[in-house]
Amino acid sequence: MEPILKARGLVKRYGKVTALDHCDFDLMPGEILAVIGDNGAGKSSLIKAVSGAVTPDEGTVTLEGQEVRFSSPIEAREAGIETVYQTLAMSPALSIADNMFMGRELRRPGWRGRYLRQLDRPAMEKFARDKLTELGLMTIQNINQAVETLSGGQRQGVAVARAAAFGSKVIILDEPTAALGVKESRKVLELIQDVKSRGIPIILISHNMPHVFELADRIHVHRLGKRLCVIDPKDYTMSDAVAFMTGAKEAPQAA
Amino acid sequence: MSQTDQYEAVASGSKSEIASFEDTRKGFVGRFHHALHTTPALVPLIVLVAAIIIFGLLLGSKFFSPFALTLILQQVQIVGIVAAAQSLVILTAGIDLSVGAIAVISSVVMGQFTFRYGLPVEISIACGLAFGTAIGALNGWLVAAMKLPPFIVTLGMWQIVLASNFLYSANETIRSQDIAANAPLLQLLGAKFKIGGAVFTVGVIFMLCLVLILAYVLRHTAWGRHVYAVGDDPEAAELSGVNVKGTLISVYAIAGLICAFAGWALIGRIGSVSPTSGQLLNIESITAVVIGGISLFGGRGSILGTFFGALIVGVFTLGLRLLGADAQWTFLLIGALIIAAVAVDQWIRKVAA
Ligand SMILES: Nc1ncnc2c1ncn2[C@@H]1O[C@H](COP(=O)(O)OP(=O)(O)O)[C@@H](O)[C@H]1O
Ligand SMILES: [Mg+2]
Repeated sequence: MEPILKARGLVKRYGKVTALDHCDFDLMPGEILAVIGDNGAGKSSLIKAVSGAVTPDEGTVTLEGQEVRFSSPIEAREAGIETVYQTLAMSPALSIADNMFMGRELRRPGWRGRYLRQLDRPAMEKFARDKLTELGLMTIQNINQAVETLSGGQRQGVAVARAAAFGSKVIILDEPTAALGVKESRKVLELIQDVKSRGIPIILISHNMPHVFELADRIHVHRLGKRLCVIDPKDYTMSDAVAFMTGAKEAPQAA
Repeated sequence: MSQTDQYEAVASGSKSEIASFEDTRKGFVGRFHHALHTTPALVPLIVLVAAIIIFGLLLGSKFFSPFALTLILQQVQIVGIVAAAQSLVILTAGIDLSVGAIAVISSVVMGQFTFRYGLPVEISIACGLAFGTAIGALNGWLVAAMKLPPFIVTLGMWQIVLASNFLYSANETIRSQDIAANAPLLQLLGAKFKIGGAVFTVGVIFMLCLVLILAYVLRHTAWGRHVYAVGDDPEAAELSGVNVKGTLISVYAIAGLICAFAGWALIGRIGSVSPTSGQLLNIESITAVVIGGISLFGGRGSILGTFFGALIVGVFTLGLRLLGADAQWTFLLIGALIIAAVAVDQWIRKVAA
């Protein structure tokens, strides 16, 4: 089977820091691929490079067999790659609905949309409300609340709901449960399963080994800016995985 | 692993409670804080109404008359228009020190193109508007594409434009009588009409329409939302799919266009085309924006607030003058208002009160 999203020899330098050092990456259709690694290993840089948020200095990214060169996250999004960045990428002073539709706002049908370019607030609010209700995160009256008035977990919930609602080919989640409570984490994990059952592959970056081992079909172990190995969670324990990513243990050969 | 499953299983027993979040900020202060947070124009509106009431009580019908109140509108029209442009820029967390210079050079272009080159006045006005837009776009390009700080870019542009203005016009004023005789269209925005005791000018109507249009655009179009998002957190805006560079350039360009209209209104107000006019517009517009409750950190506030801010300055100026107070009292009070407005802004921004 061909990978749906593939990267070869990615290099990204920030001044003297090499965040990605000839890194390879493969995401298979329909799978949940976990990416694990120490802080600073370059996980976020990797997903930024495949989602258009940064332009790699070297290397290629291939989506469904076609080489792509995203110069902005907008282009990646148009190609069907939706990302929840670690920083969440939300405008705190704007409402939940505004944030969910940022950069892809709906306009009113008819002349008010065409000539006055008026936003279709009711439609956007309804959509946002539905998506958040699916995730079990919000009560209805809160959809016009500014994002800054939400808790960290709720913000993360909104960001995940946004990605799940719009992603058509690949969904990337950079530590989506880091700020979440137990219940909210559980909801996000269910949502990830849900997205997978729709046939959309997911890249999940997480430090939470139980979550990773519960969800992932394969685990990409990232170390010092490159892929150290890819392991099957059924063949290894969580301690093995942690040992690989910290360098305490030699990586298995069959990568 | 089994331990993990257990604590999560316990948690998932109470699913129905997930959705709630309570508003813990109860009481009057909490609700007031919330109202300010959602409607930032409320503070300047309260101050404006209070100021009108106080001066009305002190001065009676001398102040509280259609004539005096519309006189305030006439006196603030130029600053009001420029402050609308300034609001757009400040909403993106920028600042535009070149607004006054753009207004003046645009008016000079309109005048000189008509009188020096003999172009039809409509063409000259269009050239003036285009020129203002172009300077604004250049500001925007330097800020967005070259990543230079807005303060520095527009500080430089202010000097460049002002110097060009004096060099090009040879410091020469086009007289009011000549304009009235040969190109009255240049004075269009100064044209007056009366409704009862109230006196309006075309420029005042233009200012009111501009404020309403911008309020609509900022609130109800995607572009308006993007202006706020870019001012709030440009990186987040970029990652969530906003064309940050394009938005910034368009904001500065539109600000330039609005300033050029202010230049046209300036001809109407003073009658002549004078390269030395409008020197204080940058400071006065920033004052109106700040008193109007727009955050200098970007992303917060509303254009209506700016309009109220401009009116507050106008009310204080006229009210104190009618009271026979020294003009310095006006500046003193405006200064206090600026500081108070920023203090209120800080308080509003404290979300977790
Ligand atoms: N914008 C940036 N500027 C400078 N250095 C950066 C930037 N982003 C990441 N880095 C550096 O690149 C390395 C990898 O970072 P990152 O990809 O965020 O790691 P991870 O997500 O695995 O924790 C780190 O050393 C980090 O300091
Ligand atoms: Mg990271």
